[in-house]
Amino acid sequence: MARNQTNRIFLILFVLALALWVDLSSKIEITNPFQDTTLYSRDVKPRLGLDLQGGLQVLLEADVPEGTVINRDEMETARGIVENRTNALGVSENLIQVAGDRRIVGEFPGAEDADAILDIIQQTGLLEFVDTGDTIPEEGTIIQTDFITGSVTAPAGDGTQPVYHTIMTGKELASIGVSPDQFSGRYAIDFTLSPEGAKIFGDHTSANNGKILTITLDKRVISAPRIGDPITGGQGTITGDFTVESANALAVQLKYGSLPIPLKVVETRIIGPTLGADSLQKSLRAGAIGMIVVVLFMAIYYRMPGIVADLSILFYAAIAFAIFKYFHFTLTLPSIAGFLLSTGAALDANILIFERLKEELRNGRNLVQAIDQAWDRAWPSIWESNTTTLITSLILYWFGSTFGATIVKGFSLTLALGVGVSLFTAIYVTRSLLALFLKTFKPTNYERWFGI
Amino acid sequence: MIDILSKRYVYFIASVLVIIPGLIVLFTGGLPLSIDFTGGSLLEVQLSAGQTLSTETMQNIYENAGIDDAQVQTTENGTLLIRSSFLTNENRDVVLSSMKSETGSDVTVIRFDSVGPSIGSQVASRAAQAVGIAALAVALFIRYVFRNVPNAFRYGVCAIIAMVHDVAVVFSVVGIGAKLFDWQIDALFLTALLTVIGFSVQDKVVVFDRIRENSNIFRKLKYETLVNHSIVQTLQRSINTQLMTVEFLLLALALYGGVTLQEFAVILLVGLFSGTYSSIFIAASILVVWENREWQNWFRKPQQNQA
Repeated sequence: MARNQTNRIFLILFVLALALWVDLSSKIEITNPFQDTTLYSRDVKPRLGLDLQGGLQVLLEADVPEGTVINRDEMETARGIVENRTNALGVSENLIQVAGDRRIVGEFPGAEDADAILDIIQQTGLLEFVDTGDTIPEEGTIIQTDFITGSVTAPAGDGTQPVYHTIMTGKELASIGVSPDQFSGRYAIDFTLSPEGAKIFGDHTSANNGKILTITLDKRVISAPRIGDPITGGQGTITGDFTVESANALAVQLKYGSLPIPLKVVETRIIGPTLGADSLQKSLRAGAIGMIVVVLFMAIYYRMPGIVADLSILFYAAIAFAIFKYFHFTLTLPSIAGFLLSTGAALDANILIFERLKEELRNGRNLVQAIDQAWDRAWPSIWESNTTTLITSLILYWFGSTFGATIVKGFSLTLALGVGVSLFTAIYVTRSLLALFLKTFKPTNYERWFGI
Repeated sequence: MIDILSKRYVYFIASVLVIIPGLIVLFTGGLPLSIDFTGGSLLEVQLSAGQTLSTETMQNIYENAGIDDAQVQTTENGTLLIRSSFLTNENRDVVLSSMKSETGSDVTVIRFDSVGPSIGSQVASRAAQAVGIAALAVALFIRYVFRNVPNAFRYGVCAIIAMVHDVAVVFSVVGIGAKLFDWQIDALFLTALLTVIGFSVQDKVVVFDRIRENSNIFRKLKYETLVNHSIVQTLQRSINTQLMTVEFLLLALALYGGVTLQEFAVILLVGLFSGTYSSIFIAASILVVWENREWQNWFRKPQQNQA
């Protein structure tokens, strides 16, 4: 029994240490002490939702007639394309997700220029001719270029990848065709350029003989030929590992846009940064005030068990926050509310038990019996009542994800998670700590220690 | 022991008095559905200090962009809030640049929400579905948990009636809030509503659990006494959990939590209170009414039941 008790306390302290480690750092890392290599590393910066830091949210819907069945893969491809395009804008922490079966939700925290983002999302396939010097990028990889929504501006990206110069884009294409390549038996894409494009192309190919001219579609490399003779006539060929099908598909994409399904914007939400900062500060303060009052109440009303419950609530808060950070959950205003509510649920479990404990003590049971009875009898009420909350959170989550309502999703996720974690702390942690306290203080005056 | 249940008809009347006025206000004024459900746009902007735009100018600007139903409002913080039908991003740019040229001032967008009309109506129907499914799932769960109790179905039905009571209270509050503070039914309201449903049932389960436990111990007791006894036993827990902890947390949010969360916190505050109230005074009372089949006497000797 005593040994079991020690193990429990050790487990609790271990989990607490782990949680605090995640809570207090912005990145966790385990390095191998012998080889100086990193064994494990994960970024655990807290993610603030749009309502807390400002930004843009757009909901895109497949622009096809109602009732058309949309392939899941097509939605996934479209999502990937939107993601690649918007990442090129250099906004960090973009989150693009498929919502339901015909919508895509995009979130751009901190984004100020909504128009730039909307433009780049809705434009057709972005074909670029990029000067990569002597580098031959592998086909299919994504490279960074300095072409951003119609103007050449400061290089985007995180600085670790090279940013290449875009010579011209698919805007200069006049016509596109597919033809078989006599030598290899593969297919190639022939294009004709506008007069303006022909000039740019001619100048570049004359000046850069022997260099690599990489062709990308939505920043993805499709071909990287070496410049041979100058091409001044405004006609060229994209060769690559094309079959007749893939060559035709690419030609269609270049002509009509690369999204497998057309998307239209059905919802836009912009939250200014000041509104967000204000809400965050106020809500955190409100949460802190509420928590202090509740913690005091528990300690005064339930005495020693109340203090134990307070400790396990703090413990619960540490674990829950660590989980949010570790799994990159987005913190929104409603999720702060959800967190507070689940704190209430966690306390409810303890209150149920303590009320039972008082009853059993009043009925004249000794302390050990009373504690066992209190936990056993309160348990059915605790799990049944918490299950109903879990059921409604799940339904809320489902509702939120079909419409990309991230606020609703965030709330239900924190509520459900909170209820789950709180069951563990209310039952396991409170009980272990209470046993430890009883052993240490050996209370005899129940009236004073338990407030009966 | 306090006799709570003998006054059960008083509680029913009290609840009706709380619910009905709000609902009347709500439905006579038209449901205050937000653009989340109806589609439309909401633009909140801040002009440089000292600059203003009259409502007419604003409406003219919108009319030039092809929208003739703009409603302009000045908020407490001195920002302009304009509600209108669906504004595309191109039209928003037109509106913003006209505002700039009209005032010669900087125009800062504080908030812009624009929801297409088709998506709004889909959200509305899916929301109704979500509430319906939640209610059904919870009733089935109670039916399952109380499967070994006589009349298990009765507990599920009573929990649902009490839950409908709580939903009605929430709508009544919104009706009054809409009248006084211009509240709207939006996605956040729906979140609050579903939370109220979840916690309301959670509360009923605790009370019903005690009735179940006691009915195994005191087999010969009259049902009404048994239920009353169970309520009194769980009363302290209800007060402590609801009033002292959850309500305190929500009160703090409502008072200090900033505008965005205020409506949400107040609705939860009232809804969760109603959830606790209805577990004791509505759900348990109806269980007794049902057990005694009191409706058989309602029209015969009304004076006895008014006690």
